[in-house]
Amino acid sequence: MNTTIADHDVDGRSALSKLWTNREARSVILQILTMAALIGFFAFILTNAVANLAAVGKTFSYDFLSTPASYDINQSLIEYTSRDTHFRAGLVGLLNTLLVAICGIILATILGFILGVLRLSPNYLLNRISYCFIEFTRNVPVLLHILLIHGILVHSLPHPKVASTEYNIANLFFLSNRGVFAPKPIMEPLFWATIIAFFVGIGFTIWFKGYAKKVQDATGKIYPVFLIGLGAIIGLPVVVYLITGMPINWDVPEFQRFNFKGGMVLLPEFMALWLALSLYTSAFIGEIVRSGILSVSHGQWEAAGALGIKRSRILNLVIIPQALRVIIPPLTSQYLNLTKNSSLAIAIGYMDVVATIGGISLMQTGKEMETMIMVIGIYLVISLIISAFMNWYNKRIKLVER
Amino acid sequence: MSEVAQSYTPGTHPDMPAPVGQRGVLLWLRTNLFSSWANTLATLLAIYILYKIIPPLLDWAVFDAVLNASNRDECKSIGSGACWAFIKDRWSIMVYGFYPEALRWRVDLSFILLCVALVPVLFDKIPFRKPGLIFSCVYPFIAGWLLLGGFGLKHVGTDEFGGMMLNTVVGVTGIAFSLPLGILLALGRQSHLPIVKSISVCFIEFIRGVPLITLLFVASTMLNYFLPPGTTFDLLLRVLIMVTLFSSAYIAEVVRGGLQAIPKGQYEAADSMGLKYWQSMRLIILPQALKISIPGIVNTFIGLFKDTTLVLIIGLLDVLGISRSSLADAQWNGLSNEAYISIALFFFIACFSMSRYSIYLEGKLDKGYKC
Repeated sequence: MNTTIADHDVDGRSALSKLWTNREARSVILQILTMAALIGFFAFILTNAVANLAAVGKTFSYDFLSTPASYDINQSLIEYTSRDTHFRAGLVGLLNTLLVAICGIILATILGFILGVLRLSPNYLLNRISYCFIEFTRNVPVLLHILLIHGILVHSLPHPKVASTEYNIANLFFLSNRGVFAPKPIMEPLFWATIIAFFVGIGFTIWFKGYAKKVQDATGKIYPVFLIGLGAIIGLPVVVYLITGMPINWDVPEFQRFNFKGGMVLLPEFMALWLALSLYTSAFIGEIVRSGILSVSHGQWEAAGALGIKRSRILNLVIIPQALRVIIPPLTSQYLNLTKNSSLAIAIGYMDVVATIGGISLMQTGKEMETMIMVIGIYLVISLIISAFMNWYNKRIKLVER
Repeated sequence: MSEVAQSYTPGTHPDMPAPVGQRGVLLWLRTNLFSSWANTLATLLAIYILYKIIPPLLDWAVFDAVLNASNRDECKSIGSGACWAFIKDRWSIMVYGFYPEALRWRVDLSFILLCVALVPVLFDKIPFRKPGLIFSCVYPFIAGWLLLGGFGLKHVGTDEFGGMMLNTVVGVTGIAFSLPLGILLALGRQSHLPIVKSISVCFIEFIRGVPLITLLFVASTMLNYFLPPGTTFDLLLRVLIMVTLFSSAYIAEVVRGGLQAIPKGQYEAADSMGLKYWQSMRLIILPQALKISIPGIVNTFIGLFKDTTLVLIIGLLDVLGISRSSLADAQWNGLSNEAYISIALFFFIACFSMSRYSIYLEGKLDKGYKC
């Protein structure tokens, strides 16, 4: 009763408890403890790993990467045979992952923007249809989408023999249960002229954009930059292509006895993965686009109108830049999700990086540790690249406030 | 031609109904479907799409469907539509997996108890909420006891778990454990202690950077290497740990968003009241931060529940895995659409009701804060 708090502090406590009441000292102690626990944990699992590997007679090494893989991959963007190394098999898998991710991102973005705009349509029916589509698509696991579409492609599309007569589009595209067969372009030497024309068009457009801005700043005259740019990028190559005598040959697939010969084929596995990932992600993108457009208040339209800007230019100069600021960050994380979800390819046998390195190579060599570390590392690098891009873009479009 | 023009003194004319085209169904049709030529075109397009999709779908799923048949060929000979007989035949295995038939009442009972335990958590204006919440806290142990057995009940191994029951077990356990872990990680990320902070950041970014499937592969192939030699533990338990860690990283990011949205004044106010760190978090900061992050948290839970299907890739027989193996059965070969569509309905109902609940909760908690 008659001791003050200060007395109590001086007399009643040990040095240790005083240390604990001191804020800085406590934080140092806590961190040292955490660090020690962490180091202890890693030491524990590493010694276990070493002991376990020794017990089964395995060593930790990446030598297996240069030994022959001796398994086939049904879709490959680069030259590959079963005599190539595990490293090359992994590379094929990585390229397949990137291929389906990029194709998926493109299709998902297009579909997603359409869905988002339809969700805001004043038309009741279209609005409801897109709402139902979005809700049904995003509340069902993506793996189920992949399996369902794969099942439809494999079980419901006909054998190539039937497809060659009935399921074809203008005798060029054939839909069969062995995949979609399409004409394959074969470039003749003169085709390089068209490619050069394409790049010249891009260069011209960049230059013209700067020039048009200069003219507008000086005189107020506005050039139709978009149309002229479009003409340069698309029109110029088309003209050059026609002048050089259409130097592309189309290798059209033809049905012979059992299967199609020639052309190029989109395997059912690729089609299923691509369509499923795109549909699933497009539902999320649709909601993102919708909320982005709604986030720009109506007052912005009116304010821009009051300044006398034309309606089409309001959209370009005022509305879309503001909506994009809301849309881009969640959009990038959806792209990231799509890329990660492409690892589900293994469920239907599409040979992506998980199915090659983390699947067959793992089974054949028994190198669980090495292959899983590789796969995880690859995905981490992809994620880091996409988020680095996202941070850069966010910084660029951030509102400059006083 | 003898129309009597009735005269009214100004202001006494009775209200007349709007013209026919300006009210009721016609007005609604005009404003929503036929307001302009573009709108009319869109309506026609929509009707055409619906006409192309709905009747064939109904034919397939309802009118031409077969409910009773013993195998695929019999199904196809009866009707050209869906073969629901397949689902009927496989229903019990799709729900319970390989859980012993005599003991399935335990699964049913734990599911009913789950519903009972959820009510006090989800709704706050119900009688007996306090004892209900205590029951909800005890529930995981009761469910574990019921499903696994022991203490007087016959033991059932986790390798006999399967079907929707496995999805629910993985989903509910993941949800129950990832929320507290995620909150801890979020607090760690916001912490002033640099080492705690960097550990949390590394953990969160690592987990968010890799697909769940690689973590599950690690659980199934690699985890045993990291344990003391000779120890093995249950595959389902390993999967549960991985799923919990995975979704806790996402929860942590959502909660961090909530923590960052709390004005600095709230932290300072808590400090000036003399509250210690955990007191201020528990009483002042977290109640507000969690309230803001509810939609994100529920979205993460929905994602987690959908991701429970991935366990099929490492060989656990969840509802999708079981129907895949049923599809390989010669009797029901190739009926993938029926199987997958019924599973899709199961997930749709579960996830859609979760998202509806989150919208309801958002509306309820939002009151009074709108500016």
